[in-house]
Amino acid sequence: MPKMNMIQALNSALDIAMEKDPNVVSFGEDAGYFGGVFRVTAGLQKKYGLDRSFDTPINEAAIAAMAIGMAANGLRPVAEVQFSDYIFPAIDQIVSEMTRLRYRSAGQYTQPIVIRSPWGGGIRGGQTHSMSPEAFFTHIPGLRVVIPSNPYDAKGLLLAAIENNDPVVFFEPKRMYNGPFDGKPDGALQSWANHPKGEVPEGHYTVPLDQAEVVREGNDVTLLAYGTLVHVALSAAEKSGIDAEVIDLKTLTPYDIETITKSVKKTGRCIVSQEAPRTSGFAAELAAQIQEDCFYSLEAPIYRVTGWDTPYPHAHEWSYFPGQDRFINALKSVMEAA
Amino acid sequence: MATHEPRYRVPVPKYRPGDEPDFSHLKIPAAGQAKRPGVDVDGRDTIDLALGMVRVLDHNHQAVGEWNPEIKPDVLREGLRHMVLTRVYDERMLKLQRQGKMSFYMKSTGEEAVAVAGAMALKDSDMVFPSYRQQGILFARGRDIVDMMCHCISNSGDNLKGRQLPVHYTWAEGNFFSISGNLGTQFPQAVGWAMAARYKGEDQVTASWIGDGTTAEGDFHGALTLASTYHAAVILNVVNNQFAISTHQNMAIGDAPTFAMKGLGYGIASLRVDGNDFLAVYAAMQWAAERARKGHGPTYIEYFSYRADAHSTSDDPSGYRPKTEAKAWPLGDPIERLKNHLIGLGEWDDERHETLEKELNDLVVKSYKEAESHGTLHDGPLSPIPSIFEDVFEEQDWRLIRQRQDLGV
Repeated sequence: MPKMNMIQALNSALDIAMEKDPNVVSFGEDAGYFGGVFRVTAGLQKKYGLDRSFDTPINEAAIAAMAIGMAANGLRPVAEVQFSDYIFPAIDQIVSEMTRLRYRSAGQYTQPIVIRSPWGGGIRGGQTHSMSPEAFFTHIPGLRVVIPSNPYDAKGLLLAAIENNDPVVFFEPKRMYNGPFDGKPDGALQSWANHPKGEVPEGHYTVPLDQAEVVREGNDVTLLAYGTLVHVALSAAEKSGIDAEVIDLKTLTPYDIETITKSVKKTGRCIVSQEAPRTSGFAAELAAQIQEDCFYSLEAPIYRVTGWDTPYPHAHEWSYFPGQDRFINALKSVMEAA
Repeated sequence: MATHEPRYRVPVPKYRPGDEPDFSHLKIPAAGQAKRPGVDVDGRDTIDLALGMVRVLDHNHQAVGEWNPEIKPDVLREGLRHMVLTRVYDERMLKLQRQGKMSFYMKSTGEEAVAVAGAMALKDSDMVFPSYRQQGILFARGRDIVDMMCHCISNSGDNLKGRQLPVHYTWAEGNFFSISGNLGTQFPQAVGWAMAARYKGEDQVTASWIGDGTTAEGDFHGALTLASTYHAAVILNVVNNQFAISTHQNMAIGDAPTFAMKGLGYGIASLRVDGNDFLAVYAAMQWAAERARKGHGPTYIEYFSYRADAHSTSDDPSGYRPKTEAKAWPLGDPIERLKNHLIGLGEWDDERHETLEKELNDLVVKSYKEAESHGTLHDGPLSPIPSIFEDVFEEQDWRLIRQRQDLGV
């Protein structure tokens, strides 16, 4: 099986989708000839032509609107927003138009669109290249939010997203484009070449858009994570000596409530995590739903491991980032709570 | 009451309630003056058209000049019929709204030519992304009036399942996009649609309409940037009806001499057109459609008009402008002008006009009775309640299934 990093896996997904379906087009700022600032769309313009993989003006609202018009007219646009920090100019088009069009037209128009965007921190990107804005999007009816944590899932989820008939915001954890990250910034850089999820089939396959995965089985506490924090959570679970079950959510909306509740009912304890600021984050939604569904199985309060309610700092990035120590502290606290 | 002089300019309308409106300061070029360039003209060479005004009907109701589209009387009568129907329909729907039959309504009084002539100059297979004041397009394209009314009263016959405010029509079958209440969003979307049409090898042209106030939105800039960059087969229309609810167009135009001039900065062919002149609107749209269809790129058009009635049923214009302003408007009424033109040609008369108005009024009354037989907003039947959970996604996920159960339906 070929080894791929996440960039190669995403590029392979786009290549396959464009090969398979002539209605798939890819565009974004610097995403044409240059292949994107992270090179995810590299080679596509050369292979598929200028009208299928192209650069756009710097106007995220217009990029989203163009995708809306194209998708309503039968294409399957995959639009790139260069950093998820830059997605906000597009939010009116996403909230008011893209995600409501099927509904407000009673199915006369549909929106098979994927908006891809590099996401999350850990790259010394400061407050404009590090955000995790997923909660703004999980709040929108009619939108799927997908965040892979490894090359295998990235490819399968992106193909599933492109083939899905509803709009998808697809956030790519950029800290892990080249290798998994355990949350220790001073450790040696890791590579996907040595990771089982770095083994990526060359051909077409999909990963379901509504299924989480238990990536570490355990009996004492359920640890929910997505994106970069999946690997941080796994490392923390190993080091803590606590028998934690770690679940990679993969898809935030709709999240896989069955896998989550099955685990929490087994362990009786739960920690939810996110890189984003704490207040009103996606972890809050998970905690609320879990207490509704699992209250009588819970032996301790649900804990959150999150970023702080501050903008993402530059120099003190690692004091902001929810690293292993914060996970281990939470694991200890939740075990001591009852 | 503030007594100091304002410390920066905040534009205000020239006339407020109680003032005697006088539009003699408006420089309205005479009909027939504007030159009609070839449809392959370089967009940057349209400056005279962006500063001037395409007008065909002169003050004697004669069609004059290079822009005269020389339409057959049958087609003119058809246009008149669609405009009269639009007005009669609007009047009736307003009354019904006042009777509590619908939650909201928006008339297009005074702007009927913009929608009707525009639609007639396009092919029915061309795509339109209208705003909420182009219902005339639907009449020109032959949409069933009962269906339109069922939408407005949100009953069981509403093709939008009661999800949209009245007048926010969608009619995919008629190549009429879903109208948003958010302003300007459809402008750049239309460019994307037009690009997809070309991608698929179709010669379809796409047109979109916004109002003067909406040119201030970022999406206006996005649309013109996209259209210019990708040379899209799109016609971007701005209906300058002078008002955005209560706000005068001078709050959007800045120091630009005309709204049409804003297109020149993008190098797009830009026209300013007498929006109350059926023939001028028709000619401009026909020119732009041919230009787009032949691959010469986008056109941007300002229609100079006047919103002769309220913005919607939620505002009373007598609170912000003189009641006599519409009458004082120098470009007249689009229906009267086309009617007088046809009379001048010997192709129409007052008696026929009255008969037409009566016929269309009867049609609207009869259609409403039929629409009401499918239910009313107050007494139903409406679309089934569980339908509120449909069409959010292609398939409902567990959240919507649970929430439907929570609602008990």
